[in-house]
Amino acid sequence: MTENIQKEIKKKLKELQKKNILPPLIIEQLREKLLQLKITKKQLNRIIEEVIKAYKMALVEPGEAVGTVAAQSIGEPGTQMTLRTFHYAGVAELNVTLGLPRLIEIVDARRNPSTPMMTIYLEEEYCHSEEKAREIAQKIEMTKIENVARNVEIDLVNRRILIVLDPELMRNKGVKMEEVAERLKKLKKGEVVVEDNIIYVERKTEKLPELQRLLEKIRNLQIKGIKGITRVIIRKIKETNEYVLYTEGSNLAEVIKVPGVDFTRTKTNNIHEIAEVLGIEAARNIIIEEAMGVLEEQGLDVDIRHIMLVADLMTATGEVKQIGRHGVSGEKPSVFARAAFEVTVKHLLEASLRGEQDVLRGVAENVIIGQEIPLGTGSLELLMYTLKHKEEESSSG
Amino acid sequence: MDKKKRKIDLFSHELVPKHILLSKEEAEKLLKELNIRPEQLPWIKKSDPAAVAIGAKPGDIVKIVRKSSTAGEVIVYRYVIDK
Repeated sequence: MTENIQKEIKKKLKELQKKNILPPLIIEQLREKLLQLKITKKQLNRIIEEVIKAYKMALVEPGEAVGTVAAQSIGEPGTQMTLRTFHYAGVAELNVTLGLPRLIEIVDARRNPSTPMMTIYLEEEYCHSEEKAREIAQKIEMTKIENVARNVEIDLVNRRILIVLDPELMRNKGVKMEEVAERLKKLKKGEVVVEDNIIYVERKTEKLPELQRLLEKIRNLQIKGIKGITRVIIRKIKETNEYVLYTEGSNLAEVIKVPGVDFTRTKTNNIHEIAEVLGIEAARNIIIEEAMGVLEEQGLDVDIRHIMLVADLMTATGEVKQIGRHGVSGEKPSVFARAAFEVTVKHLLEASLRGEQDVLRGVAENVIIGQEIPLGTGSLELLMYTLKHKEEESSSG
Repeated sequence: MDKKKRKIDLFSHELVPKHILLSKEEAEKLLKELNIRPEQLPWIKKSDPAAVAIGAKPGDIVKIVRKSSTAGEVIVYRYVIDK
């Protein structure tokens, strides 16, 4: 008997799945609960019926002002957020922008976040040993000559540049003497002479400014690592017992090419970079993740669906657009809606020059005109066949 | 660095949902069902890494199976634009 009902449950759920009436998550939860129960067929049908009814009740109604609700739901708890920019996120040494400034950064879709940061996971063979993790960290961290040199200066008498390297710093960063010399030779700005810890770049020139320019260039010469990643911090995650790299600066496209980096989990907080490397859908996901992360860190409980709506809107045109004058709001087709938002005169003036029309389909424009807005019951029109009715009435009566 | 050095499957990344290219018939059926024009769907650029990976061309419709924390799995569609 119990076996029969279990079969029946599975059959019913499969039907539901096929018909696409309930979302997969609810079907899964339903299955879990149902299989524990001792019920009859009749009860089973009743339960499923009730669940479907409850689900349909919970759905958003057509014409509901979801955008306004989302704006209010994010805005109201947003007033409780810290205005202070810096905070740490798990890693005490790393400063990451959080709170309101970060949330503004996300919805404004800034090209470069004020504190770009990457979380780099490592592949199985590297993630359990600190040594191996450091090996990769050294490959990723951008090292300039000035980072490993004790001194870089101009030797005026001999017309050359003198680089005094620090052995300890070099060991720390995993840089070898030959690598530095090789890199300097590639520059082709003079003969390179190596002497113990000192490297000379001979430059036969009489002009001092030229030497000074060369000095600047050599100081900032990149010997190793990936451009943009200024610092790498290694941390062990207690739960999974693996080493993870956190970086200051971000360059996803290059980092994922480094052998040993686990591509599938490596992330950056730069939304545009994600969009370029992983596509628009990944950008949508990172917007949601970052925004929820900021809100949760502040102890605010905002439903994820509101954030999803924002992310959907920001990525609807295939590229990441800000919510604001230069993005979503600035591209509304209605003149009045744009004018109602920001820089009113500019929009009205330009529209009048171009002879634009406004079909009055949105909310803002109808508020301005003083008409019923297309929301809720206002979003539909009712037509009645009054004449036909009259005819019917007169013929029957 | 060489691109071919390390083959990366874009869809193995946890942020990237599955993208499926719809055939002409499937696309037509979908548009009829939803009663909309293709431009009314959200867009995806033809240069988008995910679109490139599945070989989508402008005018195609891409089916995306998103993982969702509220519904488990959600199916959405994007219209490939020429950009």
